[in-house]
Amino acid sequence: MGDEYADDRTGTAPDSEVNTESDAETDGGVRAYTVRLELVDEPGELLRALAPIADNGGNLLSIHHERGNITPRGHIPVEVDFESPPERFDDIVDGLREAGVNVIQAGEEHYGEEISVVLVGHLVENDLSDTLSRIESEIDAAVLDLSLAAPQGTESVSSARLRLAIDSGRSSQALEAIRSIGSEKELTVVEPLVGGETA
Amino acid sequence: MKLAILGAGDVGRSVATLSGDYGHEVVALADSSSATVDPDGIAVDDAVSRKERGEVVGTAAPEDVFETEYDVLVEATPTTLDDAEPGFSHVTRALEADRHVVLANKGPVAERYEELRSLEAESAGSIRFEATVGGAIPVLSTIEDCTPQAVTAVRGVLNGTANFILTRMAAEGLDYEHVLAEAQDLGVAEADPTFDVDGTDAALKFVILANVLNDGGFSLSDATVEGIQDIPGSALDLAAEDGRTIRLIGEATRDGVRVGPRLVPENGALAVTGTRNIVQIETRHAGSLHSSGRGAGGPETATAVLSDVGRLE
Repeated sequence: MGDEYADDRTGTAPDSEVNTESDAETDGGVRAYTVRLELVDEPGELLRALAPIADNGGNLLSIHHERGNITPRGHIPVEVDFESPPERFDDIVDGLREAGVNVIQAGEEHYGEEISVVLVGHLVENDLSDTLSRIESEIDAAVLDLSLAAPQGTESVSSARLRLAIDSGRSSQALEAIRSIGSEKELTVVEPLVGGETA
Repeated sequence: MKLAILGAGDVGRSVATLSGDYGHEVVALADSSSATVDPDGIAVDDAVSRKERGEVVGTAAPEDVFETEYDVLVEATPTTLDDAEPGFSHVTRALEADRHVVLANKGPVAERYEELRSLEAESAGSIRFEATVGGAIPVLSTIEDCTPQAVTAVRGVLNGTANFILTRMAAEGLDYEHVLAEAQDLGVAEADPTFDVDGTDAALKFVILANVLNDGGFSLSDATVEGIQDIPGSALDLAAEDGRTIRLIGEATRDGVRVGPRLVPENGALAVTGTRNIVQIETRHAGSLHSSGRGAGGPETATAVLSDVGRLE
């Protein structure tokens, strides 16, 4: 009897309402979006990055390729403006990510969430900067700040607190990736408690 | 109700002592080596003081408990893992004799939940186990009142020893080993605190919660468990700089059980201090409910046992 009740509830109000609304709004309409990408400085990369946009029904408006402005990781930031029906926008962003394109900012969801984690272990010996760049690249996050505490010196066990900016709704994937980087490097990962009213 | 109590540790003795206040009668009390049995009610104070002096509980054999006329078996023997014996057999015998069982022993409910439920289905007796989760805090009865299917997750702190250690480490800037020694001196941590600090004790409670939410399907081996032994004082300092602290937090949902050190807001509900416990019950229709209180201790746990006995009437 329990399941009937559960299924009943999940299928109703909030989700379907949103869908109806967006259907009405997009009746033939499109919206303009800006996506910020980071590309490797290699021939053909730009073309490869634009393909998923057109393939998923996007109409390119402008491309701003900032060749002179290389990111700390040696990538080239590119800003792309395009139009698409709102319901296709997520497919475009997913398409870009599937193609291996680093999407830094997608519409309004750009780094909508901040999470903190504490890492414990032989952080310095295990190449802290590699740990950080893997976190940035593997989960598409930006490290906002880092505090390191090594009361017994850097050869001993130390702790680091990272504040990360990630895309909205991706915190559980991000934490999963940090867990796996942590277990590879034998670090204890103290995650934030996500979900529920934690305040 | 006539109670037969198996286990004469803190919980068993407290149940025996407090039964009178709740209007129940104790007809048997046993530890692993001896028992005292009297169909007209045992002399509780005498038996309890014999046990506390290190003498035998009584002149009868533990076996004899099952031969007497009782309404409810109180299973308060120490928790064991895997096959959860001898607790599981005790429950089986009582249910097969169509008696009720109230457990304070986590083993059978965490490790062999489905077997217990099918034994119960064949019996005129029923099982209750409020005391296995959160001591005096009414956790399972709250879930029962909300109905389990309206509860999506239970999170919280269900081990007072680990919580005490983390609280002290954060407050005093001391390391784990130092605070553990202090906790042992104070009697907050046992001589062998392994199950408290490695997360096993909390995990058993969250496995029980997951079984209640999902109507079975979990045992300790299904839980992802990390302890607090590797958390240095410096990690708590860093957390505090950001307005947070670290607690050993468990989570039970229909999808699984996870226990480990987690960052929580320093002034948030889940950051209880000292040996206090807290649970957060997330409901479908009514947001979160929080209950906090003493999660262990003889009289505290005994009140949960006796509330269960009351619900069987």
